Amino acid sequence: MSEIEGYPDYMLESIKKVEKNRDYNMKHPVKPMGMKDREKILAKYHPDYMKGTRRELKVGINKGEIFYNGIADLLEARTILDPKDVDLTKIDYDVDVLIVGGGGAGSVAALFANESGIAINKILIVTKLRHGDANSMMAQGGIQAADRPEDNPALHYLDIYGGGHFTNKPELARALALDAPGIISWHEKLGVMYDRYEDGEFQELSGGGTCRNRMHSCKDYSGMEIMRVIRDKARNLEIPTLEFAPIAELIMDDKGQVAGAVAFNLETYEYYVIRSKATILATGGSGRLHLSNYPTTNHYGATGDGIVMAYHAGANLCDLDTIQIHPTGDAFPEPIVGILSTEKIRGLGAIPLNKNGDPFVFPLEPRDVESASLIRECKDGRGIVTPTGMFGVWLDTPMIEIIHGKGTIETKLAGEVRKFKRFGIDITEHPILVYPTLHYQNGGVEINEKCETRIPGLFAAGEVSGGVHGKNRLMGNSLLDFNVFGRRAGIFAAKYVKKAKIGKLTLKHLDKYNKLLEKAAIKSEKTAPILLPEYRGEMAISRSLDIF
Amino acid sequence: MTEGKQVFVEKKKVKKIKGKDEKLKADEIEVFIMGKSYKVPAGLTIMKALEYAGYRFIRGCGCRAGFCGACSTVYRIEDEQKLGFDLACQKVVENNMYLVQLPFVPGVKAEYDIEKIDPSDSILLEMYPEIARCVSCNTCTKSCPQDIDTMKYIQMAVRGDIERCAEISFDCIQCGLCAMRCPADIKHYHLAQLARRLRGKYIDPRSKNLANRVKEIDQRKYDEEIVKLIKMPNKDIKELYVKRKIEAEDEGDLGGD
Ligand SMILES: Cc1cc2nc3c(=O)[nH]c(=O)nc-3n(C[C@H](O)[C@H](O)[C@H](O)COP(=O)(O)OP(=O)(O)OC[C@H]3O[C@@H](n4cnc5c(N)ncnc54)[C@H](O)[C@@H]3O)c2cc1C
Ligand code: SF4
Ligand code: SF4
Ligand code: FES
Repeated sequence: MSEIEGYPDYMLESIKKVEKNRDYNMKHPVKPMGMKDREKILAKYHPDYMKGTRRELKVGINKGEIFYNGIADLLEARTILDPKDVDLTKIDYDVDVLIVGGGGAGSVAALFANESGIAINKILIVTKLRHGDANSMMAQGGIQAADRPEDNPALHYLDIYGGGHFTNKPELARALALDAPGIISWHEKLGVMYDRYEDGEFQELSGGGTCRNRMHSCKDYSGMEIMRVIRDKARNLEIPTLEFAPIAELIMDDKGQVAGAVAFNLETYEYYVIRSKATILATGGSGRLHLSNYPTTNHYGATGDGIVMAYHAGANLCDLDTIQIHPTGDAFPEPIVGILSTEKIRGLGAIPLNKNGDPFVFPLEPRDVESASLIRECKDGRGIVTPTGMFGVWLDTPMIEIIHGKGTIETKLAGEVRKFKRFGIDITEHPILVYPTLHYQNGGVEINEKCETRIPGLFAAGEVSGGVHGKNRLMGNSLLDFNVFGRRAGIFAAKYVKKAKIGKLTLKHLDKYNKLLEKAAIKSEKTAPILLPEYRGEMAISRSLDIF
Repeated sequence: MTEGKQVFVEKKKVKKIKGKDEKLKADEIEVFIMGKSYKVPAGLTIMKALEYAGYRFIRGCGCRAGFCGACSTVYRIEDEQKLGFDLACQKVVENNMYLVQLPFVPGVKAEYDIEKIDPSDSILLEMYPEIARCVSCNTCTKSCPQDIDTMKYIQMAVRGDIERCAEISFDCIQCGLCAMRCPADIKHYHLAQLARRLRGKYIDPRSKNLANRVKEIDQRKYDEEIVKLIKMPNKDIKELYVKRKIEAEDEGDLGGD
């Protein structure tokens, strides 16, 4: 039958070793790695450095640069729209600010565009699924801001920049660090329920790669709490929102500006022509591309559409030669493979252990280093193999209550408790099995401090953008990112709108792009952006007919 | 979607449309999607079972991880009286399970400006007067896939206890299953959203550290220091980074994504 109840016997055997060593392991922590050791382990075990995961792009403005294969595949595919099929003379929506994506960055941008003087009915959010079905809703751990007296924004800057291997655009890293306290203060006014002490100060935790404790959390539903409050405000203002209508491509005008977009109604297959003076790309990440064959933590709509459509329009991309794999995706049981177990678990004191119950890494290295260490442990034969052939190592959750007292897990990690309880696993009693999972798109469409891309009229914010985190993002900095840059995008797009003049609408850039592909002798069966991932069973697909 | 109705009729009337091949392989189970039989591998979630059978989701699928409430669903196992309630992305299929996809259910939300609202004891009742009609049947609690004591937070709201209402409802993913079943037509999740915002804004004390820091940043206290970091040669900033003192190594109060 299908009921899954706890761990199979052979795993329980390994858990016995974990239990036996627990005391010792807690008293003898592994020290953080030096820079040299970090580099060594990354080179050997992280997909960003391994052979065969990435290649040179053959087309467009970033031609010759290295991209992950799955992203290069999309950029080297034909455009999803054929300009011949779209009548641009009939305009369905005519707005000042079009926001592509109803996640965190998009919603924040809409609120600040309105606050900066754009009328409600001149804003339009267009999104793929429902408003709020987004990676933002899924964040558990929390959001960074340097607001304690023992901390400051310069230290935050240093962490962001060092964590990104000194590849971030400094002015973007600065904006992230300096705007952070203001964002938390805005959240306080909106009524976000942060975890606090009785005197009102925040309970701030640390995490991988940060030198001070500055992680603000809302239990283990931080993203959900922030996202639902922001969405509630957008709903109260009645900001027009078009759901289940992903943008397929951007529209340009005869002056080379971005001037709107074509939306595709997923249910009726109709298209809508949207004209806008400014367009804010807020489509989030691309975990659902399963780069390098990793499972993912991302939501269903995270298919990297934004980078593809922006590239078609001539915007440049950066840092897409790296991906963030999160060290602790679930490896068992099968139904939750790839889903995130929050970094906060390690933050609260749980240590990763191999099948012999031995520790092998400082629990809070930066994500890439931590992930590479887990992968090494498994490749060297010290991981646990699941019944479906997945690798994993233990994360010893019971340590948390030994450190912080009984009941800590239930109050601080309710979501995690709930997830495992369904499968008969009590995480206060037993460790959980984890393996790295595809988590975050480090790079994307390059922006400046005003969220401008190199194409006039096109702004970008959030996970779709590139430059803020360089080649590696630190925990807690992307909830911050979507707030900081969502806000900036809304403000600067509103400013831009005041003097923007749109010319004649065109989709010629798509024809041009397809010609470039031909010239580069690229023959791809695919079209992009893909809008939704394909998860139907092979059997069902192989027998499906395209006659209806 | 007329076939979907079959799930709700009494057991003896459920018409099974058997697949052409009656035998199940070892790791397979039989499920009925909108009344039609499909064989799927055991151990899949309802969501993955539907996909395996050939469904491509547009509605009813968001985060795929139990956070967004897009996939709330009902099911019934053959020969069982009870209707099950759960999230399709979390619940694992069982043999002879009858599955559906729930349609969109509209639920009216009160509109307000949180700045102008008066956080009095009676505010929740004023904004959502229907909560007074709660008959304490506890159906909402029984339908909640998050195991929230939903009835209790409604009762806290009726009593004017915003703080407790916010606390108890905190893990609500706004899936709407409670509201779909409530005989008093209460929109639990909308009400709870208001309660939490009121608590976050008006009841929980504010952070003084934060207020100070925001002031300092407005006064540009850190601008110079960061400019110095930006201008610093690569070698020097790398050294500074490596040598910085890490607070957590001393304490162990750690968080993360
Ligand atoms: C499980 C998980 C846990 C995380 N935990 C943390 C954490 O603790 N701390 C932290 O800082 N960060 C965390 N992150 C990262 C963070 O949540 C995201 O990076 C961030 O929320 C991204 O915000 P966004 O607005 O850019 O994208 P999203 O919130 O993903 O929003 C993008 C929106 O655009 C829509 N969209 C996509 N394509 C199109 C299209 N073609 N047309 C129209 N709309 C489209 C999407 O459906 C979605 O609604 C986590 C991420 C995940 C997945
Ligand atoms: S309280 Fe209601 S809306 Fe919230 S999770 Fe439970 S059933 Fe869903
Ligand atoms: S289902 Fe409705 S009437 Fe019944 S207890 Fe819940 S809120 Fe009250
Ligand atoms: S798809 Fe989001 S809760 Fe199931």
